[in-house]
Amino acid sequence: MKKIKNAKELEALRARLLQAQDPQQPVVRVCLGPGCLAQGADKVSRAFREAVQAQRFKARVQPLIKETGCHGFCSQAPLVSLAPLDLLYVQVKPEDAEEIVNASLVKGKAVERLLYRDNGTRYRSAGDIPFYQMQQKVILKNVGVIDPLRIEDALLAGAYRSLVKALTEMSPEEVINTVSLSGLRGRGGGGFPTGRKWRRARDYTLENPGPVFLVGNGDEGDPGAFMDRAIMEGDPHAVLEGMIIGAYAIGAHQGYIYVRNEYPIAVRHLSIAIEQARALGLLGRNILGSGFDFDLQISRGAGAFVCGEETALLASIEGRVGEPLTRPPYPAQQGLWNRPTIINNVETWANVPHIIGQGAKWYTDLGVPHSTGTKIFSLVGKVKNTGLVEVPMGTTLGTIVEQIGGGVPGQKKFKAVQTGGPSGGIIPYELKELPPEEMRPARFGLRPRGFLPSELKDLPVDFDSLLQAGSIMGSGGMIVMDNRDCVVDVGRYFLRFLQEESCGKCLPCRLGLQGMLEFLDRFSRGQGEPEDIDELQSLAQAVVDGALCGLGGTAPNPVLTSIRYFRDEFLAHIMDHKCPAGVCRDLIHYRIDPEACNGCRLCARSCPQGCISGRNKKPHTIDSTACIRCGACLDVCPVDAVRVA
Amino acid sequence: MNAPLIGEQEWIDFAIDGRAVKARPGWTILETARENHIHIPTLCYHPAVKPWGGCRLCVVEAKYGRRGKVMVSCLNPPIPELEVFTHSERVKNVRRWVLEMLLASCPASPDIRKLAAEYGVTATRFPIRDPEEKCIRCGLCVAVCTEVVGVQALTFGSRGVTKQLDTPYRVPNNDCVACGCCATICPTGAMLDRIDQVRGDISRRTGHGYAH
Repeated sequence: MKKIKNAKELEALRARLLQAQDPQQPVVRVCLGPGCLAQGADKVSRAFREAVQAQRFKARVQPLIKETGCHGFCSQAPLVSLAPLDLLYVQVKPEDAEEIVNASLVKGKAVERLLYRDNGTRYRSAGDIPFYQMQQKVILKNVGVIDPLRIEDALLAGAYRSLVKALTEMSPEEVINTVSLSGLRGRGGGGFPTGRKWRRARDYTLENPGPVFLVGNGDEGDPGAFMDRAIMEGDPHAVLEGMIIGAYAIGAHQGYIYVRNEYPIAVRHLSIAIEQARALGLLGRNILGSGFDFDLQISRGAGAFVCGEETALLASIEGRVGEPLTRPPYPAQQGLWNRPTIINNVETWANVPHIIGQGAKWYTDLGVPHSTGTKIFSLVGKVKNTGLVEVPMGTTLGTIVEQIGGGVPGQKKFKAVQTGGPSGGIIPYELKELPPEEMRPARFGLRPRGFLPSELKDLPVDFDSLLQAGSIMGSGGMIVMDNRDCVVDVGRYFLRFLQEESCGKCLPCRLGLQGMLEFLDRFSRGQGEPEDIDELQSLAQAVVDGALCGLGGTAPNPVLTSIRYFRDEFLAHIMDHKCPAGVCRDLIHYRIDPEACNGCRLCARSCPQGCISGRNKKPHTIDSTACIRCGACLDVCPVDAVRVA
Repeated sequence: MNAPLIGEQEWIDFAIDGRAVKARPGWTILETARENHIHIPTLCYHPAVKPWGGCRLCVVEAKYGRRGKVMVSCLNPPIPELEVFTHSERVKNVRRWVLEMLLASCPASPDIRKLAAEYGVTATRFPIRDPEEKCIRCGLCVAVCTEVVGVQALTFGSRGVTKQLDTPYRVPNNDCVACGCCATICPTGAMLDRIDQVRGDISRRTGHGYAH
């Protein structure tokens, strides 16, 4: 491809591409997002290619098969969407490809059995499914639509239009002003106003001339989160465009995208995107004839969670040990090689082109005051529709979990939602009566609560409301729990993760998380005194106050919030030696209710210990001395006769 | 600390524990406190090396207007009108917990025991994994070896709870000049016990210009 010398040539290329495109040409979009790939979407895509070839379409109607990024509806993986028929097929297997090609592409009919079905309704188009209907896709608009390996696709979808606008119509000062006015806040966790960060770096550079750097943080390490991954894999040019605009605003000539090596597809797609942008002259010297130089480089992380912390990440790029440093000085003043460095999450960067393209006003209208725009969440856990969800800021927790998520599967009850990854708080779905001292501005670390809705499911999901509820926005993980999840056990899980990922530099984090885990381990065995809950709270506070970086400083959040909202559950473990959720193995016993048991023998066959006995059609019994409390019987029992106590 | 010439720049006026103190631009809160004979306990601070902020015993509560924050004093510079409290409840809470956990993780050190007793911590509720352990992984030995001696014979190995003081590639290091700085600077005496594991073969050092 020829190098583009100015904005006019870019628009001419876009117009040529648009003309070459036939809107009637059928397009098959196979989702190759993380969820679908795990379910064999690559085989589905291959099957489609073979089926199309076998059909011998005429050249004009030859269907285009696109391997796209994440479509979002991961619980129905693998997903295949057809345009212009506007059909969405779910749970597609390689064997289905031929049928879809024959029915839909040749005859224009839908394959009924592969359409999404819910409560007896069949949905033909993705737009009608409640999961998609309630969302507002801005950042994810092109993810799942374009082929991320072709810059032509991105250009057709409007990529680099905002860059042209910034370079030709706006001064760097105006770009920073627009971003400031838009109210964009960092999507990586802290929620720091992006415009203010840029301004700080620019002011510092004006006083101390020299190089400035730009970093895109794609080191997404939270368990169960894949927002950044979806953007980097599905629409890498959005990240690139945002970073070039940011570089223009603060006058940087070199940028880095830090991606963890566990995301090989993201690394590949970004590398290809950078190559293509460079070939077109959108990166490198004299971008679009504006005289502005900027280039990007990928820096691969070795998979340390702590390297998502900005100072540790910068240390890692420089080749030092990935350990955080005390701030101030902030990276915006002294970052890479002691020069001002703007470090933003890749989702934040992907927001920038939309703000520049459509204006600050449009962006502020999307969310609520102080939290503008949209946010991507990865909705996972005990919810029917898991996947990637993009909603305007301020959407209530209830809307996300119940309407988009479709509620808890089966007869179980919602218990809580954990937002913000392993360092986020656990928010109960229905607010329980709290003891009066807990309703006051809390002694221990939790922010004084201003207004909280009587039911936390009415809690608007934005930066400030989540902070008030004791949690954080984080990078956007959202884990739904039902009444079979024990908060003590969940706390142990997250603490174990964070303790393993702690860098070990400061004592409150290295020893404190270990100490907190020991408290919880004791509780889960039914040991300890009620006073130990207060002791644990005090230790958690010491970790919050004492820890060096954000990892340690927020690590006690799950424990602090679960003590605040679920103290009765802690007391049940300690006083009654019972685990109300039936999870903590030392405190539970399985037994079979002889009244309910129909003697189907399913449990006996699934028991790994072989400790369930009973004759066919007669009530069974569990030998509790041999039982390892794995719960296999509970999961298979068709009549819910297995009881946990 | 790069203290400018007196008179070149203004002093920074702030308060520690209610006492009005003055700091030179570039001083940290801890340095100002020491200058004014106000005691703040430390383990990983030493004037010979760059402050690292690992032990977190030097935390103080800093109030500016209505905002209060617990921060380390060894790395944070004061700002005018800041009110610093070196022994507030929140500060003592951090120190007590850190010391109680240190009692469990390095029980063999008399210095830690003494410091803990100052804060009323005489016993620990946490399990003792190695009764012989003295090292608190404060990094002073690594820092002095790198910054002052300039040979990098010491480093940290592994990460998080398994973090260990080690030599590069875990073999006795021939770069070691046997100066003993690491053993001198060690706040708990742990380095004295392992200096022989660090030192390489002294006879091989002739080729490196360290011959006697």
